Amino acid sequence: MLKLENVSASYGSVPAISNVSIEIAEGEAVGLLGANGAGKSTTLRAISGLVKLTSGTVTLDGVNLASNPPHRIPEFGIAHVPEGRQVFPEMTVHENLEIGSYVPKAKAERRQTLELVYGIFPRLAERRKQLAGTMSGGEQQMLAVGRGLMLRPRLLMLDEPSLGLAPVMTDVTFEKIGEIHKMGTAILLVEQNVSRALSLVQRAYVLESGNVIMSGASAELANNKQVQAAYLGI
Amino acid sequence: MFETVAQAVINGLLIGGIYALVSIGVTLIFGVVKIVNFAQGEFVMIGMYISFFLANQYGIDPLLSLFVTMPVLFVMGVLIQHFLIRRVLGPNDMPQIFLTFALSLLLLNLALMLFSANYRTVHTSYSDEAFHVGGLYIPEAKLIAFVVAMALSGLLWLFLHTTDLGKAMRAASQNRDVAMLMGINPNRVFCVALGIALALAGAAGSLLMPFYSAYPFVGQVFVLMAFVAVVLGTLGNVMGALIASLMMGIAESLGIQYVGADSGQIVVFAMLLLTLAFKPTGLGGGRAR
Repeated sequence: MLKLENVSASYGSVPAISNVSIEIAEGEAVGLLGANGAGKSTTLRAISGLVKLTSGTVTLDGVNLASNPPHRIPEFGIAHVPEGRQVFPEMTVHENLEIGSYVPKAKAERRQTLELVYGIFPRLAERRKQLAGTMSGGEQQMLAVGRGLMLRPRLLMLDEPSLGLAPVMTDVTFEKIGEIHKMGTAILLVEQNVSRALSLVQRAYVLESGNVIMSGASAELANNKQVQAAYLGI
Repeated sequence: MFETVAQAVINGLLIGGIYALVSIGVTLIFGVVKIVNFAQGEFVMIGMYISFFLANQYGIDPLLSLFVTMPVLFVMGVLIQHFLIRRVLGPNDMPQIFLTFALSLLLLNLALMLFSANYRTVHTSYSDEAFHVGGLYIPEAKLIAFVVAMALSGLLWLFLHTTDLGKAMRAASQNRDVAMLMGINPNRVFCVALGIALALAGAAGSLLMPFYSAYPFVGQVFVLMAFVAVVLGTLGNVMGALIASLMMGIAESLGIQYVGADSGQIVVFAMLLLTLAFKPTGLGGGRAR
């Protein structure tokens, strides 16, 4: 479905990723793992068009995405839940969700999708009139994921959903992501918490200094000596 | 004693409605597009001249000319955003400051050239009418201006809180990048923000015309008050700007009453300095609501 071929991107003159090639099939859950600064977030931002590619291509079912401005990308069914949640703080929970279905196709199904999202995250339903900025980190993470789901995406990209969360909240978040995946949504998960991520995704790519240094099935990577030493603390 | 205070408060509140229209526009542009529009007062001036000419040439009541000034200025706002401001948006503030400042000077001097520095007034059937309520004097034209100003502010609030485009505007003001991730086209939202802000300035112009003179520099009077209101009400906060404008109208009027006829603004600027010193984020708190 989504294919990145030899993608390079940079912030000014500082290269952030180089020659990254990854692929995600329909309904698949794929991890993008690595240490801080390895280029995981940049890879997501390259898909969303928030950073310009210096070379390479991003295609969805063969259609070139990179020629579109960032605000066009959601129309292709790609939802990006950014790092640090970034909910709209001065808008209510409900308004945040509504704006998640801003594109016409998603707007047509808004009512049903709201029900679905409130079903997955009952806590959000309880807080629907609360200003998003006044909620706890875990609740904001649920809202950010729910807002992404409002697009009815084919691909949900999650950037460090466990960042800054208490272990209990991380458990809940991963459980919900698993549920969403079971509903048929493809997941691209960026995580520093490698063991957690490997328990959720089917395959993963490991990034280091902007390059893909390894890839394979989750079980394979979990047993890999190099991965164990570098990321799993074994 | 009580009556003098009450009269001053009413006078201030009524003119505060006009300040609100101007300052809401400034704060909306600042909140959404993140630029300071120094030319906002000139759009009030343009609104006044349009109303003046419609009244003078065709006998159209200035209040009815709202239906002309608002759409004309809305389109002007969209064009200014699309063809001028869009080109200077970037990490550097200076081009934006110079652009709106230059626009202000350009419009002012164009008005001087086209209309001369003369004061223009429109006399309507209600210009000299007033309601007398319990010893208080409420000029009809100012009351109408206040009511319409409040109604327009209310409509804007409804737009921002109940329509998708309005919510998209608030979202873009709170986090532009993430708004794009939602599929919101920033330039489209900025165009609408400029359009609305200028339409409100145009409305202020039409509402002023039955009791205020049009002249090329008239915008300066209002834009100064608007900037103070925008700071007092917290930059980018529409509700804050509205409340601060009304407060400033009252403060100015009380200043005129108790400090001196030319000294009303002393009170307003004292308020500004005290706010900046003790609560620099403004009295509104939070951001674009």
